[in-house]
This record gives sequence, structure tokens and C-alpha cells, in this order.
Amino acid sequence: MSALQRAVSDLRLTRAVYEAIRAHGEETYPHECCGALLGNSVQGSSWRIVAAVRAGNTRTDSAHNRYQISPAELVKIEREARRDGLSIAGFYHSHPDHPAQWSQTDFAEAHWLGCSYVITAVDLGKATVTNSFLLAGTTEEDKRFEPQKIEVVETDEPTRASSGARLESKEA
Amino acid sequence: MKIFIPTPLRVYAAGKDTLEVNAATVSGALDELTRTFPDLRKHLFTGEGKLRAFVNVYLNDEDVRYLPQKEATAVSAADTLSIIPSIAGGTGRPGGTGRPGEGAFGAAVKIRPKCLIHIEE
Ligand SMILES: [Zn+2]
Repeated sequence: MSALQRAVSDLRLTRAVYEAIRAHGEETYPHECCGALLGNSVQGSSWRIVAAVRAGNTRTDSAHNRYQISPAELVKIEREARRDGLSIAGFYHSHPDHPAQWSQTDFAEAHWLGCSYVITAVDLGKATVTNSFLLAGTTEEDKRFEPQKIEVVETDEPTRASSGARLESKEA
Repeated sequence: MKIFIPTPLRVYAAGKDTLEVNAATVSGALDELTRTFPDLRKHLFTGEGKLRAFVNVYLNDEDVRYLPQKEATAVSAADTLSIIPSIAGGTGRPGGTGRPGEGAFGAAVKIRPKCLIHIEE
């Protein structure tokens, strides 16, 4: 991997996850969708996402421009992820008729440092751009969003490994 | 009892996702957690020692804030304590990256043809 590529962190999503989060945004349009991304860390800094879990948007009062996942639902999602040997690696939500850029609200309410926040713009019901932002920094005071490069990993060569996940040595 | 440590705080807990503690109450369990991993304290509590507003603590499936005895609630060895930072947001004025011409990586998504991982459908 070149130095240029290393300057921006990667978020690896399986094709199935990538399609699922975009489809979720189209289904809930004109409301915001939201959910959690489950995966494993790669070399400590990047995430490889293998599952997306849909969550309900509790902001029924303002679902067209706000989202919130209830902590109770998150506790359950986290517990199930642990059972599968996965971590909550980030979250996704949609921006109906709005660019796939984080908003001041997104930033103020982002607290999962080191995790990815994936945003899909849904224009007139159709998912367009999907961007990912890493919540970087070490505290609430110095946190910041850094754009990440999304890599969609094709999984059409199934390797029914019993562990559920198999790394290939050549991938880097 | 087991305390589940969320992803963003594991870096302050020697990389652990779970800590087994012997405690009589929720606050006793949190005390043992922050005694074991002192760096966690400032991420969980304000300077006045109150849980930060965005930090949710769940005893099994119950939000500790809404338990009658709150953090003084008794716990048993079979209980679990989950620490879950809140998740919310929404559109509004786009923030972008603050750097001109940056931020739209979705337009240049790189497709990896290799099978890196298999997930059960
Ligand atoms: Zn947003």
C-alpha cells in the first residue's frame, strides 16, 4: 500500500452490506434510516464491516432530518455482535434530499471515537452518494470527522470457512 | 458481574471488551472499572463525577438512570452492565471536511474483486 493510500483510512464493506444500507435509505425515504455496522478491526485502525443491522429511528417527531437509535436497542445489537465475535464498528444513516456530508448535528452527537459514520444521500427516493467519516481524536474536545475511503469487497467467491470469516494473505 | 466495554473505550481498557468485577452495586462496579483502567474515568464521568450525558449505562436491559435506586442498585454475579454512548444526528447545514474539494469519496468508490471475507447469508 502506498503512502498516498495510507493518508486516508479505509472502510471495507462487503457488497451485501453496501447494498443493504443504501436500500434501507431508499425504503425509509423521505425519512432518515439508521443502523449499526458490525465488523472487525484491521491492523488496529481500519474497519472491515461484515454486517449491517437495521435500527428503528426513534425521532418520529422529525424523522425527515433527524435520527436516533435507542440505547436499549443498541445494547441488544451490541450483545448479539459480541456473541458473533464482532464489534460495533460504526453507524450508518441517510440524508433524504441532502448531500452525503456530515452535518453540525451529526458531529455534535457523534461520540463513538474511532468508529465510522456512513452517510448515504437519497435523492428523490434513489440512493446516490455514500460517504464514510471516521470519528477521529481521543476526547470529546479534540474529536473530528475525517473522510474515509470506502472499499466495497465482492464476496461472490464463497469460501464457506467455519469461522465465518477468512482472511486472504494477498489482499494487501 | 461482567461489564461490557464499548468499542471507542477499549483503547483505554488495554483493548479489552469485557471486565469481570466483584461488586455489590452499579456504582461499585463502575468504581472497580475505573480503578482497573484509570484512563476510562474522564471518558465516562464529568469533572463533578457524574456520568457524562451521552454515556448510557444499562444493567441488563434497564437504563440505570431510570432504576429507582439508580447507581445504588444492587447487582449480582449473573448481571451484565453495558456502557453505550448515544447515537443520533441528522441533516442540517452540511459540515464537509473544512478542506476545499475534499469529502466526496463516494464518487470514487474502489471495488475490490477479491473475496476477503465470507458471511453467512
Ligand atoms: Zn446526518
